[in-house]
Amino acid sequence: MLSIKGLLVAGVAAAALVTAAQASAAEGEVRIGMITTLSGPGSSLGNDVRDAFALAVKELGGKLGGLKAVVLEGDDQQKPEVAKELATRMVEKDKIDFATGIIWSNLALALMPTFERGQVYFVSANAGPSQLAGKQCNPYFFSASYQNDGQHEAMGHYVQAKGYKRVYLMAPNYPAGKDGLNGFKRFYAGEVAGEVYTQVGQLDYAAEIATLKAAKPDAVFVFYPGGMGVNFVKQWHQAGLKGQVPLFGPGFTFSEDTLAAMGDAALGTLNAAQWSPDIDNAENRTFVAGFTAAYGRLPSVYASQAYDAAKLIDAAIRKSGGKLADKDALRKGLKAAEFKSVRGAFKFGANQFPIQNYYLREVIKDDKGRYLNKLKSVVFTEHKDAYSVECGM
Amino acid sequence: MTSLLLIEQSLNGLQLGVMLFLMAAGLTLVFGIMDLIHLSHGSFYMVGAYFTATFARLTDSFVLGLLLALPAVAVVGMAVELVAVRRLYARDHLEQVLGTFGLILFFNEGVRMLWGPQPIFLSPPAALAGTVEVLPGLPYPAFRLAILAVGLAVALALWGLVNHTRLGMLVRAGASNRAMAGALGVNIPTLFTAVFGLGAALAGLAGGMAGPVLAVQVGMGESILILTFVVIVIGGIGSIRGALVGAVLVGLVDTLARLMLPSLLRTVLPPSQADGLGSSLASMGIYVLMAAVLAVRPRGLFPARG
Repeated sequence: MLSIKGLLVAGVAAAALVTAAQASAAEGEVRIGMITTLSGPGSSLGNDVRDAFALAVKELGGKLGGLKAVVLEGDDQQKPEVAKELATRMVEKDKIDFATGIIWSNLALALMPTFERGQVYFVSANAGPSQLAGKQCNPYFFSASYQNDGQHEAMGHYVQAKGYKRVYLMAPNYPAGKDGLNGFKRFYAGEVAGEVYTQVGQLDYAAEIATLKAAKPDAVFVFYPGGMGVNFVKQWHQAGLKGQVPLFGPGFTFSEDTLAAMGDAALGTLNAAQWSPDIDNAENRTFVAGFTAAYGRLPSVYASQAYDAAKLIDAAIRKSGGKLADKDALRKGLKAAEFKSVRGAFKFGANQFPIQNYYLREVIKDDKGRYLNKLKSVVFTEHKDAYSVECGM
Repeated sequence: MTSLLLIEQSLNGLQLGVMLFLMAAGLTLVFGIMDLIHLSHGSFYMVGAYFTATFARLTDSFVLGLLLALPAVAVVGMAVELVAVRRLYARDHLEQVLGTFGLILFFNEGVRMLWGPQPIFLSPPAALAGTVEVLPGLPYPAFRLAILAVGLAVALALWGLVNHTRLGMLVRAGASNRAMAGALGVNIPTLFTAVFGLGAALAGLAGGMAGPVLAVQVGMGESILILTFVVIVIGGIGSIRGALVGAVLVGLVDTLARLMLPSLLRTVLPPSQADGLGSSLASMGIYVLMAAVLAVRPRGLFPARG
């Protein structure tokens, strides 16, 4: 045992030496830690985030805020422990200036202390947990995406307005799942026929769908991003429920990264998000055309967020005069958000989460046979999340 | 309403049980006959799913894809036995665990390199995409019924193979006393290769059929492998009959516990807590079952070796 201990100490010492040697990043470059999910059922989200971020950097001439952009990539496999290891290495050894890419709220919460300690700005391209929007709001966290509840709140509002009385709710059992259903219930006042939380990454929903059917709800609202959504919607279809019971979801459940795999099973479903491929502004047209040309597939809402995250970082560095070491100047630059978002109007609230519109979308099949969302109406204008009042910033 | 729900959930449980049986039938023979701790059986499940996906795409037919995948997985299984596993029979169990764990890593990385890290989503054949009215007022997905039917047919075929053919007799002899079977002139190495190939094909069948229900992805074999071990421990090592009974028990207990516990807990707790607690308790259910079986019958329900 003693010798193992000795070896460990030697190893730690050696690692420290290596760290010291690599500590200084080259002058005139900005280092971005892209920690995202590139394998497993959640990989469709991570791929879109990585690719859209890379597209934005490419369009900016390989630079962010005039500095050469070095994007370090890591696959977190949707596992907190893997993500933590990547984050620690990127903060301590690679000396990143910004972190982004994290998809899952439980991972974002686990990594926040590491980024804060290393004074690294975490510009989220997806996860927007309620904790970081409220009591635990953090000067080093900026959401370029949303607060988790937003899309669900918009759908709750719609379902309420349509007069549904008994709605059955389902989500994965993790922070964003709970945020999601809480958000839905904040705007939906009717009876909850059932509220079911399943394991994260669960792929067989036969038992849950049978229970759901027996509860005979008016409508069903499910939050299942990535592969979970593909399986739920396909099994819903296979169980013969499509067309029998109205199925609603946030934009995450019916997103361009998974719509192709769902096929006709998702056609016609309504969902809500802060972005849609057909939002009419110059930035969005460039983005959708550029993404489709570069990768041969349609961008999802996740891609739009990552694209905006890159543009936000670009604007922040520019505004701070390129001085990455001046953290206060960078923060002011981020808060100003002087970039043109693909979703249209975008500004930050006091808790550094966006104040933005939410739209109702419908899944359609276009004349090229592609499945995508079409904007139907505006649900919320300049919507602010419910937690910002608890934030002391 | 409640009884229909119970029947539907039992069908779901049976369907999981059938998948587990296909996995466990091969693995229990490997344990029983070869006395080998074999962790990479789940890899054959995964490889079967990937082969099915690829062949289905090439032939434009899921059934044809599955039929082509089976011999292909059997070949992979036999190759693994000849190249790697054969060297582990004489070693102790720790080395077998290390060796076969290495195979898991090898297969996962290999699949990632060949097919990429993104999952593949398969669709069931068009004829089985809809539902079948099993009872009045109880539509059930046709593809899941097909899985049940195939699984039961394979169970019957295996029973015939093991109990009424010469190969089956050799397998039974090997399972109950390997040394004696060898001494009586049974060609043990060939028998081992054949059993390994058969086990791999059965796992591949389970994986191929799981494709359209779940998703074809790297590491898909590991989650089912753990349940398979539970099935084998409950059923008794080396026993096909034990594998069948154990698999159905585990499938039913797992599915019904997932249904009952959350709704029971909801009577005393708020839904989000009840579901969290209920699903964690439900996932313990099969291990409680295993512990209970072991307490009463330490060698499992139907041990092969007397």
